Amino acid sequence: MDYFAQQAINAVQLGSIYALIALGYSMVYGVLVMINFAHGDVFMVSSFFCFLLLLVLPVPFVVALIIVMLATAILGVAIERLAYRPLRNAPRVSAIITALGCGLVIQNTTLSLSPYSQRMPELFKPVTRQFAGVTLSSLQILIIGVSVGLMIALDFFIRKTRYGMAMRAIAQDRISVPLMGVPVNQIIAMTFAIGAALGGAAGVLYASAYPVISATMGVLVGWKAFVAAVIGGIGNVRGAVLGAYVLGAVEVFTVTVLPSTYRDLVVYSLLLVILIFKPYGLLGRPAVQKV
Amino acid sequence: MTNTLRFLALLLAALVTAGCGSQKSDAVKVGMNIEMTGDIPAVGASSKNAAEMFFEKVNAAGGIPLAEGKKKKVELVVRDNGAKADQAASVAQQLISSQDVVAMVGPNSSACAIPAGEIAETLKCVMISPWSTNPKTTMDTTANVPKRYVFRGCFTDPFQAIVLAKFVLNNLGAKKAAILYDVSSEAPLGQATLFKDTFTANGGEIVASETFTTGDKDFSAQLTNIRAANPDVIFLPTYYNDVPLIAQQARRLGITTTFIGSDAWSSPEIIKLGGADVEGSYFCNHFSTQIATDEAKQFVADYTAKYGQAPDDVAALTYDACGLIAEALKEGGKNDREALREALAKIREYKGVTGTFRFEPGSGDPLKSAVVLQIKDGAFQWVTNAQP
Amino acid sequence: MTRWFKQPPPRGVLLALLVAGLAACFAIEQFGLVDNYVRFVLITLGINIILCVSLNLVNGWMGEFSVGHAGFMALGAYLSACVSVKWLGWGNPLWMFPLAVVAGGLLAGAVGFLLGLLSFKTRGDYLAIITLAFLMIVKSGIENIPYVGGPRGFLGIGNHTTLLWTAVWTVLTLWAIRNLVYSRFGRGIVAVREDEIAANAMGVDTRKAKLAAFVVSSFFGGVAGALFAHQLQFINPSVFDIVKSTEILVMVYLGGIGSLGGSILGAAAFTILAQVLQPLGTWRMVILPLILVLLMLFRPRGIMGMREFPWFVPRREFPAKEDKK
Repeated sequence: MDYFAQQAINAVQLGSIYALIALGYSMVYGVLVMINFAHGDVFMVSSFFCFLLLLVLPVPFVVALIIVMLATAILGVAIERLAYRPLRNAPRVSAIITALGCGLVIQNTTLSLSPYSQRMPELFKPVTRQFAGVTLSSLQILIIGVSVGLMIALDFFIRKTRYGMAMRAIAQDRISVPLMGVPVNQIIAMTFAIGAALGGAAGVLYASAYPVISATMGVLVGWKAFVAAVIGGIGNVRGAVLGAYVLGAVEVFTVTVLPSTYRDLVVYSLLLVILIFKPYGLLGRPAVQKV
Repeated sequence: MTNTLRFLALLLAALVTAGCGSQKSDAVKVGMNIEMTGDIPAVGASSKNAAEMFFEKVNAAGGIPLAEGKKKKVELVVRDNGAKADQAASVAQQLISSQDVVAMVGPNSSACAIPAGEIAETLKCVMISPWSTNPKTTMDTTANVPKRYVFRGCFTDPFQAIVLAKFVLNNLGAKKAAILYDVSSEAPLGQATLFKDTFTANGGEIVASETFTTGDKDFSAQLTNIRAANPDVIFLPTYYNDVPLIAQQARRLGITTTFIGSDAWSSPEIIKLGGADVEGSYFCNHFSTQIATDEAKQFVADYTAKYGQAPDDVAALTYDACGLIAEALKEGGKNDREALREALAKIREYKGVTGTFRFEPGSGDPLKSAVVLQIKDGAFQWVTNAQP
Repeated sequence: MTRWFKQPPPRGVLLALLVAGLAACFAIEQFGLVDNYVRFVLITLGINIILCVSLNLVNGWMGEFSVGHAGFMALGAYLSACVSVKWLGWGNPLWMFPLAVVAGGLLAGAVGFLLGLLSFKTRGDYLAIITLAFLMIVKSGIENIPYVGGPRGFLGIGNHTTLLWTAVWTVLTLWAIRNLVYSRFGRGIVAVREDEIAANAMGVDTRKAKLAAFVVSSFFGGVAGALFAHQLQFINPSVFDIVKSTEILVMVYLGGIGSLGGSILGAAAFTILAQVLQPLGTWRMVILPLILVLLMLFRPRGIMGMREFPWFVPRREFPAKEDKK
């Protein structure tokens, strides 16, 4: 039983990180109907931001988190402004390919500048405690706590504030909403900023949990988080969170019963099965297509 | 439309120029197929440094003395295989077929060395892998005979498994071992299997055997299983970039057991990335700066002076691999692949910095001794020697 | 007076050019007329053209976003390797190799058929994700089959891919896809891209069109994979990952969607740039995507998006010759 509980905690930790990244994908898709393939590499860069920051100025965890989230938000908005906005009226595929290209540029620039993996300095000393046969680390609690806190804040933001309402409005109808006086460009920039900031938080937490960072780590994690967003229903914020925890659980528990080479097989087969039976994801709703 | 035609013309021109790139020069070309980017760039960098240092010395003395009093300089052609097996195969093709190298040094990692070896064997070009310990590198697995053109500069995994198993059982007095290894990579897989067999054959017991795949970051599931089995030591035959993560997660889970590593640990990066988590671990290696012979001490001094850091085993082995090629070229007397191959196979005693080389007829594997090192106080400390 | 290359060529010219090209390839092989490196690059170019054109069928003409093409490559590569190494290794390469390649293509085509079935219910981004899932399943699946070497790969594949074979298969691919695209099916495929509901309403059998597109695309993807395996002589699952799929995508969108000439251009540009920029090391992979991004910003459909070399277009597409005034 305690073995199961231990693995459950691992699953929740992994799921929390996936959730933060998946939210970035979902939010951008919601307002722009575009898959932001650069998001995984933005997440990777944020951990390098954190690494560089700690190299220059050893700050406590919370300060580092805020600074990195801000820096990543700026990066996200910059990408949107330079690469995506000009393509807003172009065929959708062009935007997706541009996103792919941006991601590759970011990834390989980082790789060229840092061909070796880097060790992240410790942000704080985690305390481990044995708790009914389960080893709990304060780092795990922190990761889960910060993630859940940010998710609740985001949910509140989207549902209760005017900007959140504007985001939901644009997600529903991008053509007529600007006619109502909603500053679309600003709202979209804000969406990217928030999505990237969450990715930045994920980067800091991920680097704390797995302190060896390399330029290629965004690819796998990014695609997995994207899969999570899709499982939950892409465009749906709550769905992204649900999908992420489902994915985390499947990944962790698959490895406990099967050899690790089966993990990706199970995860993607599950994805396929879910999409066959619920083509719009677990919480997604079919988009009404006007003929 | 004309724009497209212009574009096409440009492309064609580029292709032609690219094709005419390989000029015929008078130097002897030696190719390097190494891991400059990817998972283990420190290995490639070490290799390149050592090779460059060796051939600079050779060229400063006028070159390699061939037959009829001619001296030819050596040109080193370095290509990156990104620590990926398919890229290593492609680089081998390029170096051998188009760059016309007389011999190829590397790849270092077994996953790359095995396919590159196949290509070298088919195209009949000598290849020396400085660091690959997997037996398959020099073995033709379909016919089950040793390859003719592929050699290595180090000992092989069966020997390493014996060394480590005996060390664990005799020196550490441990009877129960757990293994965690990368099932999708040649070297760790081979080493894990051999260690398992040797350890149990000598009276030990494997209490847990867990696997992961290359690129995995989270080992909590596997480590939780290992923790439950309560081993005396944990064998981690994996490359220096994975060990720090495993070690840290193990320590965080409350596992205080000693780690045992293979020669894949040998880069100093492992201390930089692993920190306190790998302190106290033992691993097997080809070379230790602390028990050096005179040749080795000279090499260590030269390398440290030139590159600002002490050489690791990859550097030392590459230095020897280059030395073997130079020696074989001299003995063969010609800038010719067959002559080099014959001369190399006949080498009975070459004193390298990692030991004395001797190739038995028909085998590309030299008989070398091993050392066991421990990571103590943030550095590699020599513990003991092991003879074949 | 329209320029000579804006009109269909005089009868027989294309055929003559084709024969000449194939003869040249044969001669190059027999007499070693070019550097080994150039031969290597040319074969890679041929394989890339096949990949690019076949993916263009689904991504360009049908307007989907499939990221799973490397999966079809993998299927073709592995099955053809099994045939040529394990099952029919004793055979004369002259008949054994094409058999292996066709076998690889057929397996890929069969799986493509399944994917086509899935595309009936899902479209757009969700189909893209299904293709991603398919790619990962193929890659993971192969990793768990020890018979073909699992994650460590399949060694010892014979070097059967010659320049001549590559040229033959490239020509076959171009011919097949050109004929498909300008046929009734082809128009159905384009109709699916433009407006599937309207197409259905007009009586176009969209299901058949989708299946045709997926099966043909995946068949030639498998063929390319088979040629690839026999060029490199070694394959392992990690070659056929999302990065490979992304490379093929880059080629397609670079050259232009919905265009045969564009695919050839895109494949050529990508292959040659990849070789020429090699001294730059990892910065090469910064420059290439940057070029792509800039291209997307200024020419969102690719260099030759939706346009075509007239020499590829069948004669009947051209308006009847008008009398000169």
